[in-house]
Amino acid sequence: MFGYTWSELSSIFVMQSFSGFSLFSVLLLMALGLAIIFGQMGVVNLAHGEFMALGAYTVYLCSEIVHKHIPALAPYYFIVAIVAAFFAAGLVGLFVEWSLIRFLYKRPLDTLLATWGLSLIMQQAFRSIFGAREVTPTLPDWLMGSFKPSATIDIPINGVFVMGLTLLLTFGVWLFMFRSRTGLQMRATVQNRVMSGAVGINTKLVDRFTFSLGCGIAGVAGAAFTTIGSTGPDSGSRYIVDTFLVVVFGGTASLLGTVASAFGIAQSQSILEFFLKGTMGKVSVLTLIVIVLMIRPKGLFASKVRS
Amino acid sequence: MNKVYTRIFAGRVGTLNLAVVAVLLFALLPATLDIFRLNLVGKYLTFGFVSLGLVWLWGKGGVLSLGQGVFFGLGGYCMAMFLKLEASDPITTKIQSTPGIPDFMDWNQMTALPAFWIPFKSLPFSLIAVVVLPTLVAFILGVAMFKRRVGGVYFGVITQAIALILSLGIDGNQGYTGGRNGITDLKFLHGWDIRTQHAQYVLYFITCSLLLLMILASQWLLSGKMGKMLLAMRDREDRVRFSGYDVSAFKIFTFCLAAALSGIGGALFVLQVGFISPSLVGIVPSIEMVIFAAVGGKTSLYGAIYGTLIVNSGKSLFSESFPQLWLFLMGGLFIAVVVLFPNGIAGICDTIRKKISNRKKTAPSSVAGKDKRESVMLGELSAPALKGEK
Amino acid sequence: MMSSNTNFLLSIEDLTVSFDGFKAVDGLNLYVGKNELRVIIGPNGAGKTTVLDMVCGKTRPTGGSIKFRNRELVGMAEHQIVRAGVGRKFQTPSIYENLTVFENLEVSFPRGRSVMGCLAFESTPDVVERIHKVAEDIFLKEHLDIEGAFLSHGQKQWLEIGMLLMQEPELLMLDEPVAGMSAAEREQTAELLKRVCKDRCIIIIEHDMEFVSRIAHQVTVLHLGKILCEGTMSEIQNNPKVIEVYLGH
Repeated sequence: MFGYTWSELSSIFVMQSFSGFSLFSVLLLMALGLAIIFGQMGVVNLAHGEFMALGAYTVYLCSEIVHKHIPALAPYYFIVAIVAAFFAAGLVGLFVEWSLIRFLYKRPLDTLLATWGLSLIMQQAFRSIFGAREVTPTLPDWLMGSFKPSATIDIPINGVFVMGLTLLLTFGVWLFMFRSRTGLQMRATVQNRVMSGAVGINTKLVDRFTFSLGCGIAGVAGAAFTTIGSTGPDSGSRYIVDTFLVVVFGGTASLLGTVASAFGIAQSQSILEFFLKGTMGKVSVLTLIVIVLMIRPKGLFASKVRS
Repeated sequence: MNKVYTRIFAGRVGTLNLAVVAVLLFALLPATLDIFRLNLVGKYLTFGFVSLGLVWLWGKGGVLSLGQGVFFGLGGYCMAMFLKLEASDPITTKIQSTPGIPDFMDWNQMTALPAFWIPFKSLPFSLIAVVVLPTLVAFILGVAMFKRRVGGVYFGVITQAIALILSLGIDGNQGYTGGRNGITDLKFLHGWDIRTQHAQYVLYFITCSLLLLMILASQWLLSGKMGKMLLAMRDREDRVRFSGYDVSAFKIFTFCLAAALSGIGGALFVLQVGFISPSLVGIVPSIEMVIFAAVGGKTSLYGAIYGTLIVNSGKSLFSESFPQLWLFLMGGLFIAVVVLFPNGIAGICDTIRKKISNRKKTAPSSVAGKDKRESVMLGELSAPALKGEK
Repeated sequence: MMSSNTNFLLSIEDLTVSFDGFKAVDGLNLYVGKNELRVIIGPNGAGKTTVLDMVCGKTRPTGGSIKFRNRELVGMAEHQIVRAGVGRKFQTPSIYENLTVFENLEVSFPRGRSVMGCLAFESTPDVVERIHKVAEDIFLKEHLDIEGAFLSHGQKQWLEIGMLLMQEPELLMLDEPVAGMSAAEREQTAELLKRVCKDRCIIIIEHDMEFVSRIAHQVTVLHLGKILCEGTMSEIQNNPKVIEVYLGH
């Protein structure tokens, strides 16, 4: 098959699927935030990628500050940086909701255009502040290196770390959405805004919080992203279409669907990328998704309700 | 005759609009701009076809596509393939290892013309393909999506993905498509050198005439039952369905029409600019085309021209002198149009016109109401208001 | 289940729909004859609107059959059902607010319904004449040039009925046609319905008992997705099961 031996082929599979895991992590973290914003609020945030980039730049800033001024903390800064990325993106998200999104809740097509405008502004802001060149934070030593379970297989530690972080956060989001009181209020607001208001939920506050939470998670996605690639002003926008497809493909209301579709898309993309030259791996996966969406427009995990 | 006047030229105000645009495009701009700048305007106007299509699809049909670059690109590539084949005759390309095929194929070690290129040796075929291919693709996508009631943001996201797919696909198949650089070095259209100043003038006037013709045709179509139907659909889609109409058929129609217009725009772009590349197909150009229509006023046919010209001139002006500022401005424009001026320039002109007419005379309210609605439907721009704008 | 042809205009047999396990309509059988005016009543959540939704194709049933003139409607698209001769009025008035009364009726005229037909459509004298006739029937003759948005709530209800009349349906389904109307308007509506039911079959969902007793031939009571009983108004009013359902335990 393609001129590879079986043992080579299985090694390729393991390694490609591991690089698929890294893509999966970033896509899933991005999609989690987007699923909350799009699935729960119906807001199409095309600037979501820029919130990811914001998180990545926050990690870069933390790295610069720590290495310049308090090098003793260098091995530990990354954990703090992840939290900082969450809050930085979340706070900007809070501001954006207050200044822009809240005026557009009943006009989904308009959020599409307005948030695209926002993404242009944020990209240019990154370019003006950090320069057009890509930056990389200095990662702590414990994140570098790799396991070598066999001679041909090489699994990077940062990939494992990101994977763990992703699973932790996904579980956290699930707990929050389905087991906490605030999560309950969020879901209630989505299902019936007027009624939620009537039973004493401050729906405006819930909206603001939901949007900002989604952005914060995108910030963490950015932090994860720094371990597997370098950050440029347009890093986020490269993932935005894929992320939307993940959310739509999985069915907007289903967390499990989001995880499954992120996994499927990331894995098939990274495995196909090895066998097809250049961008054709991505093209075939995207085409497949679009065809499936045309047959099942509500995604793979949608439930039937009275219209 | 009277009927033609009201339906095609949209009455007195419509005729004035046409006159203003015609003077601007056919006299004012050619008289004041050098050929380089005029050619630039001609290039912008080819995007005007896409905006016009978006006025139909988004403004009138209520469906927003973020992938109109796909159809612009398809039309453009059809034209470019013909021109490229004409520029790649065996004598001109005799230094290649395989003479007679486009240079980029030769660089990619291809030894024969791919089968799908062969029909594009014929000019009539290529010209038909410019319109038919985008329409056909739109038809297939439209049937698949509108029959299943995919609409709103889903349609936007999926069309955006299609734009990404096509641009990546072209990019990734260099031997067949010219790859990232696109199809370049286009010289002759059936022996006519399209690079001369004379040709550029001719092509500019052809572009303007075709665009105005399309606007008049649109006015004619919209002034009949079709205009009312589309308004009714935007108003209450369910009711239309329960009046016995197949809503998806009307959406497919506007989508195909928008695609055909974009295809024509793409072909005219190639003729005037001399190349086509995936950078005109992907996500960014596609969504920028939406902003052209939005700035002009998404329901205004003439607004499509003004919006396209203003945004593109602004882009050229700023990205030449303050490239950093431009993206901030463009981003701000998207937000401002959505939040502050949802009806774009046409909306602003309408408000001004209403104020002026209110000051002049206090007309009977029912007449004024009817007048207002008509102008919204036909997307008219009033002449006095326009002059104020310029 | 026997699904032979019947003389009824509309025969619904064993109709069932469930939403995520909840059976909103459960094994319903309902037969409505030609020229009949049938009223469906029932407490909230009885499945009345859902039944109409399924007849007109808005909701797809999980099982059962709906035959109109012995033609199966289940599986047909909404516009095909309308073209077969079924008209539907919604609970909240559903008219085109940005079109005038005249245009609302014009758009509802059953000609030029395909894209090409629509492009070729001309408002010929027969169309205009019919619009004027219907406008007179629905008490809106004086308001032909007014935009839908400026009509009163009751006038909107009438306009929607008028839009259905333009289609000349054999079966007319009205969901709460007098909701939000004044007493005088109710009276006019009752008169209008009596007049139009002469040459067609009408199914009405209504809560207003006084109105129901004025117009109904036959009344069907729905409860929890099933038929509780059928009969004339006085039979229904004296039925102990109906009294229990309405007054509670």
